[in-house]
Amino acid sequence: MTARLRAPGLTRAGLFLVLGTLFCAAIIVAVREAYGYPVFADGGIVPKAQNAILLLSLLIAPLWFLVGLGAFDYWFYWAAGKRTRPEDHSGHGATSWKDYFRVNTDHKVIGIQYVVTSFFFMLIGGLLAMLVRAELAAPGSQFVDANAFNGLFSVHASLMIFLFIIPVFAGLANYVLPLMIGAPDMAFPRLNALSFWMLPIAGVMMTASFFAPGGSFSTGWTAYAPLSTSAPIGQMFFTIGVQFAGASSIATALNFLVTIITMRAPGMSFWRMPLLVWANFSTSLLVVIATPFIAASQFFVLFDYALGFNFFRPERDGDILMYQHVFWFYSHPAVYIMMLPGFGIISEVLAVKARKPIFGYRMMAFSLLAIVLLGFTVWAHHMFVSGMQDWIRIPMMVTTAIIAVPTGIKIFSWLATLWKGVLHMDTPMLWALGFITMFTLGGISGVVLAMVPMDIYVSDTYFIVAHIHYVLYGGSLFTIYAGVYYWFPKMTGRMFDERLGKIHFWMTFVSFNATFGPMHLVGVKGMPRRVADYAEEFAAWNLFISLSSFVLGLSTLVFIYNMVASWRGGRRASANPWRALTLEWQVTSPPPVFNFDRIPTVVGGPYEYGVPGHVHGIMEPAEEARPKQAAGASSAEEGV
Amino acid sequence: MGLEERSLAQTGPRPERPHARADWKQMLGIGIVASILGVVAGLLIDWFPIAASNEAKPIDTLWDVLIIASVPVFVGVCVVVLFSVIKFRMRDGEEELDGPPIHGNTRLEVIWTAIPAILLVGLCTYAFIVLEDVEKAQANTMEVRVVGEQFAWTFFYPNPDGSGEEIAATRGELYLPVNQPIKFNLQAKDVLHDFWVPAFRMKKDAVPGMTVSYRVTPNRIGRYPIVCAELCGLGHATMRATAVVVSREDFDAWLEEQANPPEPTPAAGGGGGSGAAADGKQLFTANCASCHTLSDAGANGTTGPNLDETLPGQDAAAIRTSIAEPSVEIVDGYTNIMPNDYEQRLGAEGVDALAEYLAEVTKEG
Repeated sequence: MTARLRAPGLTRAGLFLVLGTLFCAAIIVAVREAYGYPVFADGGIVPKAQNAILLLSLLIAPLWFLVGLGAFDYWFYWAAGKRTRPEDHSGHGATSWKDYFRVNTDHKVIGIQYVVTSFFFMLIGGLLAMLVRAELAAPGSQFVDANAFNGLFSVHASLMIFLFIIPVFAGLANYVLPLMIGAPDMAFPRLNALSFWMLPIAGVMMTASFFAPGGSFSTGWTAYAPLSTSAPIGQMFFTIGVQFAGASSIATALNFLVTIITMRAPGMSFWRMPLLVWANFSTSLLVVIATPFIAASQFFVLFDYALGFNFFRPERDGDILMYQHVFWFYSHPAVYIMMLPGFGIISEVLAVKARKPIFGYRMMAFSLLAIVLLGFTVWAHHMFVSGMQDWIRIPMMVTTAIIAVPTGIKIFSWLATLWKGVLHMDTPMLWALGFITMFTLGGISGVVLAMVPMDIYVSDTYFIVAHIHYVLYGGSLFTIYAGVYYWFPKMTGRMFDERLGKIHFWMTFVSFNATFGPMHLVGVKGMPRRVADYAEEFAAWNLFISLSSFVLGLSTLVFIYNMVASWRGGRRASANPWRALTLEWQVTSPPPVFNFDRIPTVVGGPYEYGVPGHVHGIMEPAEEARPKQAAGASSAEEGV
Repeated sequence: MGLEERSLAQTGPRPERPHARADWKQMLGIGIVASILGVVAGLLIDWFPIAASNEAKPIDTLWDVLIIASVPVFVGVCVVVLFSVIKFRMRDGEEELDGPPIHGNTRLEVIWTAIPAILLVGLCTYAFIVLEDVEKAQANTMEVRVVGEQFAWTFFYPNPDGSGEEIAATRGELYLPVNQPIKFNLQAKDVLHDFWVPAFRMKKDAVPGMTVSYRVTPNRIGRYPIVCAELCGLGHATMRATAVVVSREDFDAWLEEQANPPEPTPAAGGGGGSGAAADGKQLFTANCASCHTLSDAGANGTTGPNLDETLPGQDAAAIRTSIAEPSVEIVDGYTNIMPNDYEQRLGAEGVDALAEYLAEVTKEG
C-alpha cells in the first residue's frame, strides 16, 4: 500500500489532492484567525471562510494533484541532483487500458487520452444540452428553476468549447501530426503529458460547479462582467477552470510549433507538408497569441470577485466594456482555433477519398495564414450592440466580411478537388461533404451577422444560437467525426463498422438540420436566447426543435457504440486501408512504438494522386533514399 | 468555362469513365433553377415580427437583399457537391482508379477570390448606408431615459413644462406617441441589460456607468413586447415590459396623468373585492408577477419564492417588511436579489396596499 502511495499515479494524486485541499484550508483558517475574522460559528463553518477555502483550493489543489500524479517528477529529480530517468521512450506505448491513466510521454498515448477525455466531456455537455431542450420543449417552467437553467446552458457551452472542440483537435493532431511529418514524437514529450493532464482538471472543475453552494456558474460561457463578478462561488469554477484549459492549450500549441518547425523529416519542406500540418501550424499561432487574453479577462474577474479590485466597477472608474474587448480578443480567434484544424482534416479526407490532389494547395495554405491574420481584426463584431463607440463598428464589419474570402477560397478549392475525382462515398467522406454544405450555411449566416444593422436586430436571439451551432456542430464537429473515422484504423488497428458509421451520419445530418435550422426562424421572429421561458407563439417550433435534438442526442450514442465495439472486436486494419500517400499510413496500424524504424525521407508533395509513379515519402534515411521519379517529386511546385 | 479542362496535366493513358462525363451546362441550369426557387422560398417566408417603426423597413429590406445574395451561394455549393457525388462516385471496378492530377488553375482561383470580395464589399456598402439611414438624428426628438435593473425596466420622460424634472412611468409600461422620433438613453443599475423592442428592430445594451443611446420612430399604434436581450441573471427571461404606441393626444393625456397622479380612490365598480385588494392586485401584476408565483393573480414567476407557499400565516405587517426590506428575511434556497427600493417606487401607500392584498389572498392558505 505504501509503495502504491509513493509511486506516481492516480492513487498518489488522490492523496495529494486531499493534502492540497487541507493545505489551503489551513492557510485560510490561519489567516482568518490572525486577522480576527471568525471561521466557525453556530457549530458550522461561516460561509465566507468556506468560500475562501474553496476558492484557494480551486487554484492550488490541482497543482498538488499534478505533483502527485508524477507530472513533475523528472524536474524534481533533476533539481534535487538525483538520477533522472532519461527520456528514451522506454515508457512509451500502452499495453493495457491502465496505461492511459498515468503520465505517459508517448504522443500516441497522449493523443488517445486527449480524444477519449474530450469525448467524455462532450457526452456530459450533450446531456446538459438535452436537459436544456427538455426545459424548452414548452413555454413556462418545466422541471428546472431559472438558476439551474442558466447553469445548464453555461456549463454546456463551456464544456463543449474548452473541453471538447479545442482539445479534441489537439488530441487528433497529437496522434497524427508527428507521424505525418516523419517525427518520432513531439518536441517536448513531458510538456505534452502535462498539457493533457491539465485538461481533466478543467473539465472536472466545470462539471463539479453544480455542487457548489449557490449552484453552478450561470452567466453563460461569456461570463460578462459585472454579472460574473457578483455571482455565487460557482462562477469561480469557470474562471479558474478556464485557466487550466487555457494553459493546457498554450503549452500544446507551443509544442506543435516547435515540433513542426524543427522535427520535419529530411525533404519535408513547408510546401510538402500535408494541409493538416499547415492547419495546426496556423491554429497554434492563434492559440499562442490569443489565449493569454482570455486568461487575463478571467484573472480580472477573479481579482474583482475575490480581492475587491475595481476592473469592472463603474462607481470606482472600472470599465465594463473592457471585459468584452479583452474576452473577444481571444474568443473570436478561438472560433478559428475551433475551425482551422477541421479545415486540415477535410483537406486530408477529401484528397484521399476523391483520389485527386488538393486543388490549389498553396492557396489553401495561404488562406489559413490569411485567416490567422484577419482573425485578430474582427473581435468587436460581437459587440455591435454593446454600447462601444459607434465608428469602430464599420471597420469591424468590413474585416468580418473580408474574412469570408479566404474561407470561400477553401470551400471552392475543395469543390474543385471533388470535380472529376473518383469519390469513395464511405463514412469519412460523407462527413467531409456534410461539413462542406453545413459550414457554408454557417458561414453565410456569419456574413449576415457581419452586417451591422442586421446584427443589431438578431444579436442575442436564437439566430445566433443557430449560427454558432452550424459553425461549431455542422462545421467543427462534422470535421471531428470525419477525422475520427478516417484515423480510427490507424489509431486502434481496427476497422470501424461502416454500416453504423453511415447510419450515424444520416441520423445526425437530418436531426442536426431539424434541430438548428428552425432556430433561424424563431430567432428572426424575436425569440431571445438564454431564456428558460418564452412567448406562446414560439411553442410549436420549440417542441419540434426539442424532439429533433433528442434524436440528435441518440445519434451520438450510435457513434459511441460503433467506436467502442469496433475498438474491441473490429476487423484488423491494414497499414494503409485508404491507399493514402501521407506518412502516417506508411507505417503499421497502430504505428510502432517509435513511429518509424528508420527516419523516412520525403521526396514529393503529399497529395499526388493520379500522378503515375507518385511517391510522397520513402521509408529510408536520406542518404539511402533514391527518388525514382523526378516528375512526382516536383509536380506540386509546378502545378500551382 | 472549360478553364480547368486545359490545365489537365494528363501524364498517362487514363481509362474512360463514360458515366462521369461532366455536363457544365446541365449543372449550371439545375443550379440556377434551384437558386431561384430558394430565393423565392426565402422571400415568401414571413420572417419578422410585426413592424412598428420607421427603422424596420430598411432593415427588413436589407434582410431580403441578403437572402437574394446568399441563397445562390449555398445552393451552388450544394449542387456541385451533389453533382459530384452522382457523376463522379466510384463505380464497381474503379477501386484502384485515381482521378486526374489537377493541381490548380490560377485563373479560376483569381475569379473565386475576386467575385466574393466584390460581392462582400458591395453588401458592406449597402449595410453602411442602411445603418446611416436608421441611426440619423431627427429633428424634434423626444428623449426617454430607460433604466434597467434586475429584473425590471423603468422609463423617465422629460416634463413638457420645461422644468427639467423627469416624469416616471408608474405602471412599467413604455408609452410612446406615434410618428414621434424617440431617442432612448439607456442606463443600468446593476448588471448589463439589453433594451429591445423587436417590433422596432433596434436594440442596445444598458451598461452600468454609461449612457448608451439609440433612436427609433414608432409609426404604428399598438402594444409591443419589450424584451431584455442580454443575460442578466435569474430573472432574465421574465424581464419583460410592454411598449404602448398611442396617438399624440392619448400620449399627452397619459403623460399628464403620470405627472399628476390622481388621488388614490377606491376602485369604483369592477366587481367584488375591497379597494385595497383590487389596487394591490394591479400593483402585484405590474411589479411582482414576473418573479413570484401567486395563484390569485395568475402569476407563475419562479425567480423568487412561491408566495402561495411562503406567505400563509404571515400578517400584513410582516409582508410589508418583506417588500420594503427584502434582505431582512431570505427564504431558504433563494438569494438576496430582490430590489430594495419598492417603497420609493410604489410609495408607502402602494406598499401598504400590496401587503394588505397579499395578506388577504393568502391567509386561508
